[in-house]
Amino acid sequence: MSFELETAANRESLRRVAIDPVSRVEGHGKVTLLLDNAGHVKEARLHIVEFRGFEKFIQGRPYWEVPVMVQRLCGICPVSHHLAASKALDPVVGATRITPTAEKIRRLMHYGQILQSHALHFFHLSSPDLLFGFESPVHQRNIVGVAAAYPHVAKEGVLLRKFGQEVIRVTAGKRVHGTGAIPGGVNKSVSATDRDLLRKDADQVVSWSRDAVHLARRLHESNSPLYDEFGLFRSHLFSLVRADGAMDLYDGHLRLRDARGQIVRDGLPCTDYEQHIVEEVKPWSYMKFPFIRDLGPAKGWYKVGPLARVQNCDFIPSPLAEAERQDFIARGDGEPIHAPLAYHWARMIEMLHAAEVVRDLLDDPDLLSDDRLTSGPKGREGVGIIEAPRGTLIHHYRVGEDDLISYCNLIVSTTHNNQAMNEAVRQVARRYLDGRQLTEGLLNHIEVAIRAFDPCLSCATHALGKMPLAVELVDEHGQLVDRAISGG
Amino acid sequence: MTKQFLLDGQPVPFEDGQTILEAARKAGHYIPSLCWHQDFPPHGSCKLCIVKAAGRHVSACATPAKEGWEVESNTPEMNGERRGLLQMLFVEGNHFCPSCEKSGNCELQALGYEYEMLTPRFRHFFPERPVDASHPDMLLDFNRCIFCELCVRASRDVDGKSVFALTGRGIHKHLTVNAESGRLADTNFSKDDLAARICPVGVILPKGRGFAVPIGERTFDTETIRSKTLKEEES
Ligand code: SF4
Ligand code: FES
Repeated sequence: MSFELETAANRESLRRVAIDPVSRVEGHGKVTLLLDNAGHVKEARLHIVEFRGFEKFIQGRPYWEVPVMVQRLCGICPVSHHLAASKALDPVVGATRITPTAEKIRRLMHYGQILQSHALHFFHLSSPDLLFGFESPVHQRNIVGVAAAYPHVAKEGVLLRKFGQEVIRVTAGKRVHGTGAIPGGVNKSVSATDRDLLRKDADQVVSWSRDAVHLARRLHESNSPLYDEFGLFRSHLFSLVRADGAMDLYDGHLRLRDARGQIVRDGLPCTDYEQHIVEEVKPWSYMKFPFIRDLGPAKGWYKVGPLARVQNCDFIPSPLAEAERQDFIARGDGEPIHAPLAYHWARMIEMLHAAEVVRDLLDDPDLLSDDRLTSGPKGREGVGIIEAPRGTLIHHYRVGEDDLISYCNLIVSTTHNNQAMNEAVRQVARRYLDGRQLTEGLLNHIEVAIRAFDPCLSCATHALGKMPLAVELVDEHGQLVDRAISGG
Repeated sequence: MTKQFLLDGQPVPFEDGQTILEAARKAGHYIPSLCWHQDFPPHGSCKLCIVKAAGRHVSACATPAKEGWEVESNTPEMNGERRGLLQMLFVEGNHFCPSCEKSGNCELQALGYEYEMLTPRFRHFFPERPVDASHPDMLLDFNRCIFCELCVRASRDVDGKSVFALTGRGIHKHLTVNAESGRLADTNFSKDDLAARICPVGVILPKGRGFAVPIGERTFDTETIRSKTLKEEES
């Protein structure tokens, strides 16, 4: 877990290459490489423009507005922010426990979001690289290319996503920026009509999700030297798990495993997150670098998201996904799998789990009940932690006597993965780019590594391979040597 | 014989002293309004009720009807004027519908839809207007004030309290609370006052309610402001 290649010794004399913006990730990211005359990589950094201003924006606003307002943080997983904020604000209205109806509707919404987000990521954003190869012609490397070559894969991807969006619409009121969760519960039950509509497709969705796990697995196994090694680095794994150790993406306590798979922190209550997580600021990046306090910045960083969660839990509480998890774990041969490209396989296992959870919840009569809200003696502070599609998401608020937000702290999934993504970029730069003539295909290797983490870079950009990728070679005097634009 | 005028070519009967707006609505024709309220004298500030009467632009809420007048209201020209006025109202304050709890119940937003306001058109002023959350039951979010003075009038004329006042001119115009501290908590304002219910936009709000009624089930989610206004007129 070294910081090699984070900062080069003689930066001024090196040639600079920028990948800006990184395409097919959500938002705006940039990679800079410093190369010496022989083309050896001396420094590699992933920069993400993080929109921290939001916390200031929320301070001074009434607490009941926040779950709706925070959806604007992110155009791609608004539901995660919506739910994390609602959870954090439950204690503010005195809801130390919400009603079963409220919790199940929120869970339904959340797992619907996981399903649609994972489908979007795998089919739209990643499958072009995985099916065609990282150096395949750039015009083919998008969902349109996939639709032409693998029509059923593209179709199932589109329909899976659509189903997840329908689940969100039914629970949140709208496909995007709904208002379903409010502090203390939810504002709307599920109607029998909507429930039946979803249930009609639920078995098909489970079965397609299972196909998707098998596709991801086949891709991995058919090219295992690449999938097992590409961008490989080792780190801790961090996520929520349920009290009994099961995977739970909506609620639970925090658990940390080390790189060898030993549980080193467990049962940490969400409300104590500040005692355990510190965020380091580095001068070259807007995005902070979180680490576990008593392990220190050099050793205490970690991965979050599907790859961490699938291996951090003791089991997945749904049979089909659990069977897939066991096969996945078996591949590690007693050690955790750290390969970034294994994120895809793990992500599809989670998507299958989400499909099973959604299907089972749809049979629950509590969804239709009107027992939606809880209140009690008011609180002044709350922490809401949720496993968003991309990883652990933390919302923390304090509320003044006047009901306005007086303090707000958010740690988003992509921030947790900051160090991990930088590490993957460096591994790939060292292995594939070092000493070679740079081409678009080679630079795409870097993006493939970043994309594996499914970073959500705060502003809403549906890239779909259309975002132009600008690559610039700059000499030691800052002169532009070469420039290529692609990805249109 | 009853007197009448022509509204967009249709005869509208009226009684002496009735305004164009009152007579039109009574006869089942919609002319929009924001600052007008049947229980108060006309205010004439929002200008959304603008019509062309005998060739001149007038506020329908403040202009008495006249025998034989030809009045144009629902025409591309007048509706275009209204759209422009709405666009100005939107940029003068901080109206951020997607996270506003009044969304769906807000008359300004409903009129934006009614007159197909699709863009802001003008540059946003982004005025600095802090919220007043001092009162235990009610919140004031001045960001959304359109200066219709309905709360001023309701508090003064009905509640007998004069809690609110408008001060300043031009872009410095703003709503204030009549207390030395300027804080709502230091007035005798109550959540049961008429002024607590009258704001057509999202300034004067009961605390804690927020999004308890889902978007999609709110007043203007189920009917347009035009049909709601006309229905109320009938009853
Ligand atoms: S607070 Fe509401 S009612 Fe009062 S002047 Fe402003 S917009 Fe009109
Ligand atoms: S309604 Fe006539 S000016 Fe406002």
